[in-house]
Amino acid sequence: MKSAVIVFPGSNCDRDMAVALTKITGNKPLMVWHQETDFDTVDFIALPGGFSYGDYLRCGAMSAKSNIMKEVIRRAEDGVPIFGVCNGFQVLTETGLLPGALMRNANLSFVCKDVKMTVANNDTMFTADYAEDEEILIPVAHHDGNYFADENTLDTLEGEGQVAFRYNEDINGAQRAIAGITNKRGNILGMMPHPERMIEPALGGSDGRKLFTSVMNRLS
Amino acid sequence: MNDIKITPEIVKEHGLTEAEYDRIVSAMGREPNYTELGIYSVMWSEHCSYKSSRFHLKKLPTEAPWVICGPGENAGVIDIGDGQAVIFKMESHNHPSYIEPYQGAATGVGGILRDVFTMGARPVANMNALRFGEPSHPKTKHLLAGVVEGIGGYGNCVGVPTVGGETNFDPSYNGNILVNAMTVGLADKDKIFYSAAAGVGNPVVYVGSKTGRDGIHGATMASAEFTEDSEEKRPTVQVGDPFTEKLLIEACLELMATDAIIAIQDMGAAGLTSSSVEMASKGGVGFELNLDKVPQREANMTPYEMCLSESQERMLMVLKPGREEMAQAIFEKWELDFAVIGEITDTGKLTLTFGGDIVGDMPIASLVEDAPEYERPYTPTPTRPTADVPAVNDLNKAVMDMVGGPHLCSRRWIWEQYDHMVMGDTIGRPGGDAAVVRVHGTDKALAISTDVSPRYCFANPVEGGRQAVAETWRNITAVGGMPLAITNCLNFGNPERKDIMGQFVGCLEGMGEACRALDYPIVSGNVSLYNETNGSGILPTPAIGGVGILKNADARATINFKAEGDTILLIGETKDELGASLYQKQLLGEDSGMPPHVDLTIERRNGDFVRALIENGQVSTCHDLSDGGLIAGLADMAIAGSMGASVTLNDDQPLHVSLFSETQARYLISADDATAEDIRREAKDAGIPVTILGKTGGKCLNVNDGTIDIAMSDLTSAHRDWMPNFMKNAS
Repeated sequence: MKSAVIVFPGSNCDRDMAVALTKITGNKPLMVWHQETDFDTVDFIALPGGFSYGDYLRCGAMSAKSNIMKEVIRRAEDGVPIFGVCNGFQVLTETGLLPGALMRNANLSFVCKDVKMTVANNDTMFTADYAEDEEILIPVAHHDGNYFADENTLDTLEGEGQVAFRYNEDINGAQRAIAGITNKRGNILGMMPHPERMIEPALGGSDGRKLFTSVMNRLS
Repeated sequence: MNDIKITPEIVKEHGLTEAEYDRIVSAMGREPNYTELGIYSVMWSEHCSYKSSRFHLKKLPTEAPWVICGPGENAGVIDIGDGQAVIFKMESHNHPSYIEPYQGAATGVGGILRDVFTMGARPVANMNALRFGEPSHPKTKHLLAGVVEGIGGYGNCVGVPTVGGETNFDPSYNGNILVNAMTVGLADKDKIFYSAAAGVGNPVVYVGSKTGRDGIHGATMASAEFTEDSEEKRPTVQVGDPFTEKLLIEACLELMATDAIIAIQDMGAAGLTSSSVEMASKGGVGFELNLDKVPQREANMTPYEMCLSESQERMLMVLKPGREEMAQAIFEKWELDFAVIGEITDTGKLTLTFGGDIVGDMPIASLVEDAPEYERPYTPTPTRPTADVPAVNDLNKAVMDMVGGPHLCSRRWIWEQYDHMVMGDTIGRPGGDAAVVRVHGTDKALAISTDVSPRYCFANPVEGGRQAVAETWRNITAVGGMPLAITNCLNFGNPERKDIMGQFVGCLEGMGEACRALDYPIVSGNVSLYNETNGSGILPTPAIGGVGILKNADARATINFKAEGDTILLIGETKDELGASLYQKQLLGEDSGMPPHVDLTIERRNGDFVRALIENGQVSTCHDLSDGGLIAGLADMAIAGSMGASVTLNDDQPLHVSLFSETQARYLISADDATAEDIRREAKDAGIPVTILGKTGGKCLNVNDGTIDIAMSDLTSAHRDWMPNFMKNAS
């Protein structure tokens, strides 16, 4: 599987994502700078975590307008799998590729810890290797992970099976405990937790691996 | 502004004594102008010149075969093999953090990060050592909340994990909190960058953020006692921008991968002034700077303001001639300012021009070498008589109060606000004895710990100094690391007071002894004096940051009990040492007697034994004993392992001594029965005191058949909940 990691000024989980992709897929991803307008054809595009543009204005808002995102949006429309983690998820909602918004955590504090969550839909290209309703442990590290959308949107997300992951406890005040969602077509996933940080026992567990292997298996 | 006539009042406002001013006049051969006076005042401030401490700092051991660079550069450098080096330092940001906790703490983190990456290292871990006033003080919550948010706000955004630290409360910090931040970085041994400028005519380059009016005279503020109106100094606190810092790290490391840089130095305290003076001084050259070229954030800045601004996220470099264009392209890619602001001269002077006029012209040597050095008078801290520390009536309550109280409770509320996992190499997270961070892409790992016990330093500075160094050594050992070197942050009161200077001298003596005995040299550090408010000094607090290495990251220990039915062993001997203990202070409200004695031979022997057990895979559960003694250590291990323990203490001492004594060089370990028996035999053969205490498991913490019997559910919730409950409704 050939993948790309988009790097914005202030991205800081780009290396972590590259390490996870390299370890799991066996191929080093292409690192793509935000000012680029085009890059090689890849099977998978990751938007990493971090504080692109310092979270100034609104998390992800400035990155969403960058040169490279025009190309990412075009490829998303072509069906290329797009995966946004944390700040990457925020960028995806800011571009409109995913519905809703990520607001400041309900208790207003940054939170970094391992979180138990449930695979709410294992019938997606990103979650197929997980069991139905599997409980997994993945860390979060964010200040703005409080997922918000209006009731209609939330009902639609649930009705269409677009809620991919749900927290098992209240972490940040997210509506309906939503931790990650896909678009309707199913080729875009955004999530606040960091599966790339849970890929080997030394880091506290391996529950993040199946997300990457699901995509690999789907593509092969 | 240079038209301003220098009066004795102006000299005093700059924190200079009359004698120091006379010294400036004789060094220059004339009266300084206003800008020059400002520059001298910061270069000769306690913060920059170490004028009260230098004489004693020289006595500390700074060498070992693995030390590549000791004190004197931006940070210390040690060799960890395989062509790699670790670069680290700790620094204080006490005064600004008291005045404006968020920005004070945030810029403390930013400053120490720059000290480390300016030498060519990628920062891989942040640590801290924090001290606040008593919990009941009206400002404590506000300061704790702000400092933690500031440390997180900066470190999280920059993307360097904050992997651990320590937090204490004591009334002596009510009006003067301590915020000490440490950064550890990794570099290739043959790609280390130093600050000595060289090459007459070579360009002097300014990169990073623009210069504003923030932080003017921060170094002078950090060199004076606090008074009640100190909060009026809020405008001198700098404002940090971690996003720019992240860009600056990446841009500097990208440029460092080329061969363009001759010398580089961050602009820290006293900003452009101290960085250019230090670079020129180390290289034995002069600098001519055109202040019109300095990137400015505000209009109409004067030379005085530009020279003394402490705006953050700025660096100064000397480049090889002809490399400016290539370097500029890198900084433009990262959207940072880049300006050639001057060149190296052979005059030996710092010459400043502005609007075509020379506005400052000072001999570099005099700014650095002529700075006063004081051998301040001191009185050694009197030796205390030994104390008789009685038992309390209810030992169950005593354990609950301590484990579930401000001093020993879980610090989770703090470190969950720090991204401690970014960079994907944190394998020993906060909450253990030392943080463990993998050396990226290798089987090795770094073990890092920050410690000091100010109670001990106050009771007996020599013993306290020894203990601070020994405790980091022990914490690194307890995870399986080989301790290599330390950095320090020496926080004391007013050195012009003989008793305070006595504390300083005593602590340094103890630290030096411990460093020598443990082959654990000091490679960098920082001194913060005048930590007093309205004449009342803080407890002497020489915070130590230790770094060690695990050759095999898989062979390490954590504090949590792993399995029910394992045998619990105590390595080391428990003596009647309750003087200056947490038990005495917290439960009896007293502080008397001698602190525990640190026998460095025993420290080393016991530690080497425990480390070998971890390295050879016999032990993966280990915890050193410190504040609160054996029962506190046992409680930590049980809580972390989500299981109880049953032990028997029959060492012929009163039970409260066995439980709470803070005798040094002790470790608790647990292992299966057969391994435990092997360890017991090996310890005996090696002449190391070893006691089998009991077993892990069950739902209670049980001592001596029910003399203490506490449900783990109660103990765990008390330990977990104290701080979140305390911090509810903090502003």
